[in-house]
Amino acid sequence: MRELKELPKRAEKLRQDVLAMAVHAGGAHVSPAYSIIDLLVVLYGRHLRVSPATADDPNRDRLVLSKGHGCAALYAVLAQEGFIPRDELKTFCSIGSKLGGHPDVNKVNGVEASTGSLGHGFAMAVGMALAAKLKNRDSRVVAILGDGECQEGSIWESAMAATQLELDNLVVIVDANGLQGMGDVESINRLEPFGDKWRSFGWRTREIDGHDLGEIDAAVSEGYSTGEGPLAIIARTIKGKGVSFMEGQAIWHYRLPNDDEMKQACDELNVESIAAVLP
Amino acid sequence: MRNAFISELAELAEDPRLMTLLADNGIIVYDDYQKRRPKQLLNLGIAESNLIGVAAGLASSGFIPVVYSIIPFLVMRPFEFVRDDICYQNLNVKLVGIGAGFAYSSLGPTHHGTEDVALLSCLPNMTILSPSDPLETRKAARAAYEHDGPVYLRIGTGRNPVVNPTDYSFELGKGIELRSGTDISLISTGTILSEVLKASDALERQGISARVINIHTLKPLDREIVIRAAKETGAVLTIEEHTTTGGLASLVASELMESGVGQARFACLGLKNRFCENYGAIEDLRSALGLTAEDICERAVQLLSAKAVDAADSMLSV
Repeated sequence: MRELKELPKRAEKLRQDVLAMAVHAGGAHVSPAYSIIDLLVVLYGRHLRVSPATADDPNRDRLVLSKGHGCAALYAVLAQEGFIPRDELKTFCSIGSKLGGHPDVNKVNGVEASTGSLGHGFAMAVGMALAAKLKNRDSRVVAILGDGECQEGSIWESAMAATQLELDNLVVIVDANGLQGMGDVESINRLEPFGDKWRSFGWRTREIDGHDLGEIDAAVSEGYSTGEGPLAIIARTIKGKGVSFMEGQAIWHYRLPNDDEMKQACDELNVESIAAVLP
Repeated sequence: MRNAFISELAELAEDPRLMTLLADNGIIVYDDYQKRRPKQLLNLGIAESNLIGVAAGLASSGFIPVVYSIIPFLVMRPFEFVRDDICYQNLNVKLVGIGAGFAYSSLGPTHHGTEDVALLSCLPNMTILSPSDPLETRKAARAAYEHDGPVYLRIGTGRNPVVNPTDYSFELGKGIELRSGTDISLISTGTILSEVLKASDALERQGISARVINIHTLKPLDREIVIRAAKETGAVLTIEEHTTTGGLASLVASELMESGVGQARFACLGLKNRFCENYGAIEDLRSALGLTAEDICERAVQLLSAKAVDAADSMLSV
């Protein structure tokens, strides 16, 4: 397990990697990846009992990225943790690569489910958590959902199922960055009162700052500490977190910086040039 | 067929990996199963998208989920979950659709299974089984279990007449020649084969030798038996309780064209760009839609007269 104080540096490194991957690919979902990076470094650094050597162990923990379009962050953390070679990151979204614009369980070591269409990964995570229960395995499942994704009806089918099945080995983290493809979640198809929705479905909830590593750490720990059914962590995040001009701007959902913007992004991410990140 | 399936399923559930998932269909009919395998049955409620996703999650953790529901709710409502979660991930999930064709006759088109083959036959990794009688349903259920990968099994509901011999070997992907014949091939699938057999009897009385082929596996299709039928009889009539677009008719026709035996006379009976909007017993619906033994017989005779014209034309051109 890593110390909390090691994690900010690792998160910064992941943000550099994601932007460099996007440049290699000629475009990518950068800002939806940036909002989950702090969640991922805490999960992989301190909670998920997974390792490259035990990637097929049935007793391993599982992370399902239900918002599959954030996969650049997942690939970067899987490389950082040794599941995939770092060199592979620069093949992102190119012909012959295993690393596509949405993650594929049959191609990428460490990926637990193929996602991309919203509202699927959560249901699969429910199935995995149920399997662990049925087999009496001490295996935990974490599903990361987007807030816009929670407009999908299937999310609430799965929310019902998880409490009915008393899946106390399941933690949902909603990356509540407040933005979806075309604008504000609240102005398009509102979710608030979001916590109440989860609680009314029988979930325990925690609402946290999704970029405060200590808060993330404490909330996830709570998910495993009781026998009281599943926990939904509503992580209030900032889409594009880490590069100021991307933060909170819907337009950056899928967009690459121009030369001037790239210079500023590199400054803010503490890197000399983006080309030097994944040479 | 349904009882035969559930009884076979209870046998197969000797394997502790097998987990039957319901979407709130099957009161009473699952009572015996539940008594025998109480820990291997879960009703996840009326929420089919979640149901398919949960099945995928269970399969990725080593279970063999068997998901059972009425065809439109199993195949059509959560179609994209079947596509992405089961077929794209290539997981060992068995989908069992109850109510093939018009089995739920009076319940109307919302409950009919008449486009399921069209939808699922285009999905990579999917195997499609369509048994025709209770014994074949048992054999198909076992074959589905033994096959490692996604399988869709479509079955009828009630007491369906016996179509196949009492003892035969069921081989996935291998059609069965139920009757030999030289003038025309009647190729069919599912419970309507009982009508096809009656039609072949009627044709025989008119001196017409009709071959009858049971395609219990729609995907992968038995190319060899279909091509041989077209070559040897020169006329092919497909019969199905399903839309002909994307159904058995399309599957057979494209195989024949691609294999260079497209010169055989071809016709198909089934739903053509319509829903089955009638109510009543399944026999009434078949009658209203032109799918009785008499209809099959009549279409076969028409096709044979066309074949005779073809033969005369080719004589002339020589």
